[in-house]
Amino acid sequence: MTRVQIIALLGSLFFLGFIVESIRKRRLREEYSLLWLLFGAIFLLFSLWRGGLETLAGWVGILYAPAALFLILIMVLFVLLFHFSIVLSRLREDVTALVQEVGLLKAEGEKDLKEPAPRARDGNPGEG
Amino acid sequence: MNGEKFRTLVVVPAFNEEESVAGVVEELRAYEPRWDVLVIDDGSSDRTAEMARRAGAKVVSLVRNLGIGGAVQTGFLYALKKGYGCAVQCDGDGQHPPEGVALLVKTLKQGGVDVVVGSRFLNGGRSGFLSTPSRRLGISLLALFLGKLCGQVVTDPTSGLRAYNTESLLFLSRNYPRDYPEPEALLLIHRHGLTFREVAVTMRERRGGTSSLGGWTPLVYMSKVLLSLAVETLRPLRSRRWM
Repeated sequence: MTRVQIIALLGSLFFLGFIVESIRKRRLREEYSLLWLLFGAIFLLFSLWRGGLETLAGWVGILYAPAALFLILIMVLFVLLFHFSIVLSRLREDVTALVQEVGLLKAEGEKDLKEPAPRARDGNPGEG
Repeated sequence: MNGEKFRTLVVVPAFNEEESVAGVVEELRAYEPRWDVLVIDDGSSDRTAEMARRAGAKVVSLVRNLGIGGAVQTGFLYALKKGYGCAVQCDGDGQHPPEGVALLVKTLKQGGVDVVVGSRFLNGGRSGFLSTPSRRLGISLLALFLGKLCGQVVTDPTSGLRAYNTESLLFLSRNYPRDYPEPEALLLIHRHGLTFREVAVTMRERRGGTSSLGGWTPLVYMSKVLLSLAVETLRPLRSRRWM
């Protein structure tokens, strides 16, 4: 194993370990972690498989193997960014629905404050 | 009279319109006391909500600015929740006269159509305020495109004066575009088996505030709307029923 391979291997393992740990601690939701795990696995694959990059470059027809590395990285980033856009769009929909619901509930609540209803809660200590 | 079935809610979306909103609310209430007026305060930083409430409107204040689409949709949700048979969307800047609202409600009550749109340009409408020439060009291009997609004549695709029945409220409360929603909403309605009709309404110049298209040149607005219309035709149909 060459030095660069060892460094790449350690780097990939550290990366994968960090992802798994984040999922374990629920800092990262499983549904968003799949892509990260996949890319971590790809990095691991290329740090173990010495001629991998050259082979891959050969298949695709890239003469200069490191260019294949950049290609892979850029593609990975693209996919991730797009994934984020999708997640953001979904979040925005959720937030919209929440803002609307809060507004409607608040309007109801303000009305209740003006015309106080009989305090039903007094006789019901078991509530909550 | 089937008054109960057709209780009418006038939804007025307002973002920082403290100067004009009270006048609009008072005018509507004075014209037809049976209408309930609901102002959706779209996260205003001024006293829009307070002015509207003082003028006798019901007010729903959104905690964040959602844009015109999200605000109007809140009104739809409110109308459904409270069982209104008809909801009219009417701008908070004084452009839409109460006579127009009344005409829309009347047309909707006659039945046979789910959404009624107040049009500035119908019947060669040459009276009242008709927007600037460049906007008018954009609007007529949009009208042409939307008309082709819907297979019916559309003259005022960006009009924000509209009346909805329960059927269309049910659908739009779950599917309403967020930014510059008016043209796209008509296409949505058409594609999902609902119907709309335009009636001629004379509009006035806005009394205060700035257009929601402020900052956007008509060209950018046009491209954005045309794109959203084109994309909408590619989308799968959504269910019109609950669940």
